[in-house]
Amino acid sequence: MSLAVRGLVRRFGPALALDSVDLAVRGGEFVALLGPSGSGKTTLLRMLAGLDFADAGTVEIDGHDMSAVPARARRIGFVFQHYALFRHMSVFENVAFGLRVRPRASRPPEAEIARRVRALLERMQIGALEKRLPEQISGGQRQRVALARALAIEPRLLLLDEPFGALDAEVRKGLRRWLRELHAEMGLTSLFVTHDQEEALELADRVAVMQAGRVVQFDTPLALVEQPAAAFVAGFLGGAARLPAHLSGGVLAFSGLPLPPLSAAALRGAAPPEGAALAFVRPHEWALSPAAEGEGNARVRSSRPAGGHAHVELDLAGQVIEAEAPHGLLRPGQPCRLEARQARAFAAPS
Amino acid sequence: MTPATAEPRAIRWLLVALAVLLLGAFLLLPLAAVFTEALRRGWGPVVAALADPDAQAAIRLTLLVAAIAVPVNTLGGLAGAWCIARFTFPGRALLLALIELPFSVSPVISGLVWVLLFGAHGWFGPWLQAHDVQIVFAVPGLVLATLFVTFPFVARTLIPLMQEQGRAAEEAAATLGASGWQSFWRVTLPQIRWALLSGVLLCNARAMGEFGAVSVVSGHIRGETNTMPLHVEILYNEYQFVGAFAVAALLALLALVTLAAKALLERLGARRGGMA
Repeated sequence: MSLAVRGLVRRFGPALALDSVDLAVRGGEFVALLGPSGSGKTTLLRMLAGLDFADAGTVEIDGHDMSAVPARARRIGFVFQHYALFRHMSVFENVAFGLRVRPRASRPPEAEIARRVRALLERMQIGALEKRLPEQISGGQRQRVALARALAIEPRLLLLDEPFGALDAEVRKGLRRWLRELHAEMGLTSLFVTHDQEEALELADRVAVMQAGRVVQFDTPLALVEQPAAAFVAGFLGGAARLPAHLSGGVLAFSGLPLPPLSAAALRGAAPPEGAALAFVRPHEWALSPAAEGEGNARVRSSRPAGGHAHVELDLAGQVIEAEAPHGLLRPGQPCRLEARQARAFAAPS
Repeated sequence: MTPATAEPRAIRWLLVALAVLLLGAFLLLPLAAVFTEALRRGWGPVVAALADPDAQAAIRLTLLVAAIAVPVNTLGGLAGAWCIARFTFPGRALLLALIELPFSVSPVISGLVWVLLFGAHGWFGPWLQAHDVQIVFAVPGLVLATLFVTFPFVARTLIPLMQEQGRAAEEAAATLGASGWQSFWRVTLPQIRWALLSGVLLCNARAMGEFGAVSVVSGHIRGETNTMPLHVEILYNEYQFVGAFAVAALLALLALVTLAAKALLERLGARRGGMA
């Protein structure tokens, strides 16, 4: 299975939901579509499934153009955000649906349907629930039923819209790991939509970062974090501070902030052209030291433990900066000296 | 009950008593009156009044009109509700307003439009006369008027439910390989079945009970174009009170059975989760 999206455009009235999207997914990949709400990720997913139609561009699966193929003939599994289970059918019948609606010639006999449904329910660890109605099971269980139902048609491609969005944090964590293993064991090709960067980076082989109807960068999680290709990606990932700056002679000076400038050696990634720039500094890229009263350039607003370090919020000339510091180094209200050890810079949007 | 919303016991009882009193005065009393008046001289005259050939014709006509209007409006209402709940298209608000039009228009107007269209002096009157087709003052007119008046019931019951349920289940069915037809029978219809039945019963109650619109197009030909409500009026105006109340009681009984069936379905539906 391979998926190729080329120049996909979708307009909703005057608004561009998708603005010429290109995406190529290889068989067996686990891909995340990551972006803020309104960036077009769900629209893209729906168009892949045939639930929505392009104003321009093509979707190809294994080299075949899908534009004339209706959703029901695409054999693409879709797990809806709120599961969209058939509420009048038992768990068993929900999962059996895709087999029962097949044309008589290709419909498996009843015993075979039952065998396949039960095997899937066992695989999803919900074998005991087959007689229940969707309203009688928990959110995490519904998620598994929706997944089993989508997998019952042996899809070429599995699409998941915010698969963990409606679940609480505890269930979410467990289900995430489980889904990753399932994807690998069943040899699926999957795309999922999320606005949670942690989820995307942890689960996906590659992540397509979307902004305003475009794929800004499509890369491995490591590459996204290490080499963000655009200001949007650098700002969206990793909780970086977004600071106005100016680049001249290879030196980056922060505009309007009492921070020492950075030399070319401290700039990560490709240097932008000289002139107005946007600098991004991640929480772990700051150097912090306590200062005496009346000295230093920042003041500690709050400090709370976060794993092996303290998560510190600082006031830098009115701007809030988030940084990591060793436990016990800084107290709330204390003055301190703040300095960027390194940064990424991009040309400022005109 | 939380203290903040608790009323003194006396006030609560007063409100309950008031509600029961109003209910009794405006709903139960008239209903009781219909049955007592009908049975004032025992069962004999009631049976005789119902066995009268004109009464029999009225009963048959009422059932015939309902038997046509209810299925037609069930299909029409389903289609209308489906369009409005599932799609956005230019003129959607207009369609919604049109569906509700019969609710807001006086029944007299609902009858009169057919006379204006198909009556002897109406738009299509001369053509119909030339081809020897009788619509107004005949059964087709009664059916048209009833169709018009009872159109909103099914659609109005379904639209809020279908809007709330959304399109996701049907989309899921499509991705699983179901055709539009399979999706309708296996997913859409089962999800709305209780609401649909409830709408059908309301539609039926009104189809049998409609007076105003039907009165305008009927022409009041005894034994031919009189439905039960019209027959009641004629008997009453001729001072045949027992006969009038006997037919009225039968009509009320039909309505009560319909309502009871609706209530039963709603309880069943609530238990099986099909109404919500």
